[in-house]
Amino acid sequence: MADLDTTIEGHPPFLQHHFDDLHQQLDSSTLGMWVFLLTEIMFFGGMFGAYTIYRTMYPGAFASTSRYMEPVLGGINTAVLICSSLTMALAVRYAQIGKRKLIRIFLILTMIFGIAFIGVKFSEYYMHWKEHLVPWMDFQYPEHPEFFHQAQILFCFYFFMTGFHALHMFVGLGLLTWLLIKNERMSFGSEYYTPVEITGLYWHFVDIVWIFLFPLLYLIGANK
Amino acid sequence: MNHKVVPVRTYLLIWAILICATFTTLGIAFLDLGPWNIVVALMIAFTKMSLVVLFFMHVKQQNNLTRLFVVAGFLFLGILIALAMSDYGTRNWLTPGRMW
Repeated sequence: MADLDTTIEGHPPFLQHHFDDLHQQLDSSTLGMWVFLLTEIMFFGGMFGAYTIYRTMYPGAFASTSRYMEPVLGGINTAVLICSSLTMALAVRYAQIGKRKLIRIFLILTMIFGIAFIGVKFSEYYMHWKEHLVPWMDFQYPEHPEFFHQAQILFCFYFFMTGFHALHMFVGLGLLTWLLIKNERMSFGSEYYTPVEITGLYWHFVDIVWIFLFPLLYLIGANK
Repeated sequence: MNHKVVPVRTYLLIWAILICATFTTLGIAFLDLGPWNIVVALMIAFTKMSLVVLFFMHVKQQNNLTRLFVVAGFLFLGILIALAMSDYGTRNWLTPGRMW
């Protein structure tokens, strides 16, 4: 962007003064976002690590929980999130070439897919609540009384991991709302689309967490 | 700017592969492959993750510093799980006849 610096008085309006140029600014923001995502990997990683330990300890109890899960709903939700990742990637793409209307359409589509995911997820929670599968809250496990305690460990992982994932979805929806407002007030384009790119990174990360949660929580003993 | 605009076709192709992989994961879960069920499921999940990271998250076109950070993230997750399992997975080696 050196040519812009020389041709226009001062510097580009989106360039913060501690960066040399817009190129360096975008690279720094992207790297910073990835550092944040690394802390997120370790946050979810702690839960995935504990899950691995307990699954190898109690394989039978973990497999016995799959009859209470909804693999088809989980599969549909995985597809819904992948669709939302596609629309998010397209929103970033149109931000790169500054098409305000298409950015708006794809941000709204991403939010619709996100809300659909949360709707399906909470209807599953409601079914688990009805079936007494919430640990400590009148938990019942009549089919396998020998797994009464061990199965609760899996359900703890299930509710905490999908719960923290859902929390991240709510944060993502908030960020998308903020982008939607920002998109109306200013023009994203090839010079400046950093907020869309960064929010996209976050949204795809949340998608990746679900890509692992789906086989690990829904499909442990689906073939039994 | 430094980032090339990726054609819509590429995004649609990655999306189609991800959707197919999801239904493959779902289908394979109902087959009895013994210990290979989890191996296949995780291999598909890692493939899907790589596609999302490389194409949707643009790591394919990032500079090497960012790539190094991405790889470091997964490396440290690997260390976390590998060291935890090297403890829990080998405790029975010291006490013959006892699993855990």
